[in-house]
Amino acid sequence: MKIHEYQAKQLMKARGIAVPSGRVATTVAQAVAAVRPLIEDSGNPVVVVKSQIHAGGRGKGRFKEHPELGGVTVVLAGIDGGVQAAEEAVEELAEKMLGSTLVTIQTGPEGKQVNRLYIEQGVDIETELYLSVVLDRAVSRNVLMVSTEGGTEIEEVAEHTPEKILKATIDPAIGLANFQAADLAYGLGLEGNAFKNAVGFMKALTAAAAELDTDLLEINPLVVTKDGNVMALDGKMSFDSNAIFRHPHIAEMRDDSEEDPAELEASEHDLSFIKLDGTIGCMVNGAGLAMSTMDIIKYVGGEPANFLDVGGGATADKVTAAFKIITKDPAVKGIFVNIFGGIMKCDTIANGVVQAVKEVGLQVPLVVRLEGTNVELGKQIIDESGLNVVSASDMKDGAQKIVELTK
Amino acid sequence: MSVLVDTNTRVLVQGMGKTGRFHTDTALAYGTNMVGAVHPSKAGTVEHFEGETDHSGVQGRGDTYSADLPIFRSVSQAVEATQANASVIYVPPPFAADAIMEAAAAGIELIICITEGIPVADMVIAKRYLEDKDVRLVGPNCPGVITPQQCKIGIMPGYIHQPGKIGVVSRSGTLTYEAVFQLTNNGLGQTTAIGIGGDPVNGTNFVDCLKLFNDDPATEGVIMIGEIGGTAEEEAAEWISANMTKPVAGFIAGTTAPPGKRMGHAGAIISGGKGTASDKIAALDAAGVVVAPTPTDMGTAMLEALG
Repeated sequence: MKIHEYQAKQLMKARGIAVPSGRVATTVAQAVAAVRPLIEDSGNPVVVVKSQIHAGGRGKGRFKEHPELGGVTVVLAGIDGGVQAAEEAVEELAEKMLGSTLVTIQTGPEGKQVNRLYIEQGVDIETELYLSVVLDRAVSRNVLMVSTEGGTEIEEVAEHTPEKILKATIDPAIGLANFQAADLAYGLGLEGNAFKNAVGFMKALTAAAAELDTDLLEINPLVVTKDGNVMALDGKMSFDSNAIFRHPHIAEMRDDSEEDPAELEASEHDLSFIKLDGTIGCMVNGAGLAMSTMDIIKYVGGEPANFLDVGGGATADKVTAAFKIITKDPAVKGIFVNIFGGIMKCDTIANGVVQAVKEVGLQVPLVVRLEGTNVELGKQIIDESGLNVVSASDMKDGAQKIVELTK
Repeated sequence: MSVLVDTNTRVLVQGMGKTGRFHTDTALAYGTNMVGAVHPSKAGTVEHFEGETDHSGVQGRGDTYSADLPIFRSVSQAVEATQANASVIYVPPPFAADAIMEAAAAGIELIICITEGIPVADMVIAKRYLEDKDVRLVGPNCPGVITPQQCKIGIMPGYIHQPGKIGVVSRSGTLTYEAVFQLTNNGLGQTTAIGIGGDPVNGTNFVDCLKLFNDDPATEGVIMIGEIGGTAEEEAAEWISANMTKPVAGFIAGTTAPPGKRMGHAGAIISGGKGTASDKIAALDAAGVVVAPTPTDMGTAMLEALG
């Protein structure tokens, strides 16, 4: 589960991790009202207006409606014109940004609507660094990664200059040891106050990652200010969805407007669903089988419209819900149901499909492949339903049939 | 011969709720040697099972079975009373990692965790706890382990299996069933099928299973089924190149998976350009593994690998 930058910074601040002061705004008036207290408290006449969407690359991103405008804009008007000039500049920006569509390298060409702005104090930057806490699957532990290449995508650094990435593996029973943090801070070339502050920052950040069950905690850039302070200029946090149950305050931070509506509906029915761009809807049991069903559709010349795993213990109602979600997508020109029944019995799936078709109708071809527990009973239910369903003998046969029928 | 489980395996169930009861019943029908269960709120009681024998399981039994399994408060109590040497975990996700550690502390040699949805941080701690102990964890988020007609531990349908000469190891439950069914239909059969699970932090990995199958005289070839996310398949390919003496076939799911999205399994995600299906397929190809282009071709790929 992802949250916005301003929410990540609230969580960090509450855990003693240094972040610049800022205020969130959903209206132009709120954005303007944020300016004076930020400038007066920090003594810095510069403020930054930052779009809040769940996608990276906001600084380099551009608004569809205002191609000259980036998703993150530094307001310098206050340097010469004082608070009032800064307020006027923020007002003009907020009017353009709120409700407009920001396109970044991560949003895809359709972009994302900006409904929230984060107005933040300006910071006198000395150096920009990179810092993140992620799971290292090879050792089954979290790793703290740092780099001097702040502000750059870490994947690029890893590809071109991997020697600039330093790592420390975190023992879950100990946390980040002091010497590990010190090693990394030396490695980053820090000295004096900046060194001391960076060590404290790293220790607090890794502790927060453990406490909050993050699956990614990325600070890019982490900045060292001219007076030796170390703070998170940006903050990206996402959480292990298996652990959300023990963090109700984080669950409340979910912004539903950032999620795909079909994926939201699916999660309400406890279905694992991901929307794709193709035309063949898939309903499958098991994640591996669901993934390879998409693959095999592509392999025989089609394009999958979705990933959908109905799970191991699905009921007829769950199958019906899944069917409705698939048929709601206007791009779907055909449906392929691919089931290998283990615990999930084929007759349960068959009943669910029949019930769904009776409720929502069937406007597109449907191919069903059933195998496994109670397969004969399942096939009989489909045959006797009188529905226009094409049976398949195996997965490849089913994929070929549905691709043929949708041509 | 087989690996991990056989007729000498004495199985304890952790979590005798609705799911645990259902799968204990099918295991008993299959002929697995189930010896007891741990479920603190039912401690001191006996759980009764009876029904029709699953004749695809252990041979030479009557048409019905009946069993009374004692329920214990803790794993150590259960081990003392039953001499269980394996346990299967159906405990709900918030408590499952603790159940793994409890089983390890009680001296269980083989822990098979079926539970899906365990927090990653809990598994990181559980794995660290197991590090210096002589214990093997399979899973979590897996279908379990089966040696056909000897011992079935987990949630797989028993009847699709048949004793034979192929070792199966997989990150995906239903794809394991696909592979197993094809091996049964083409007459190769299975020595043991191991589901290692779809989580990013798990116990036994591909390399562990390849080692076991390589050393098992009855296993003549191995099918390994991987998917996107992590680098376990690449590590397996490296090990195969250097050490494997038996033919290996493989399949990788997720060629069409978009990056940055979790494809059902917590561990099935392409992140930062790492963990793509094409990288894994290339690594296996280079190691001489016959990679099936689709799941329907897994059985044929195994035949081809055997030559």
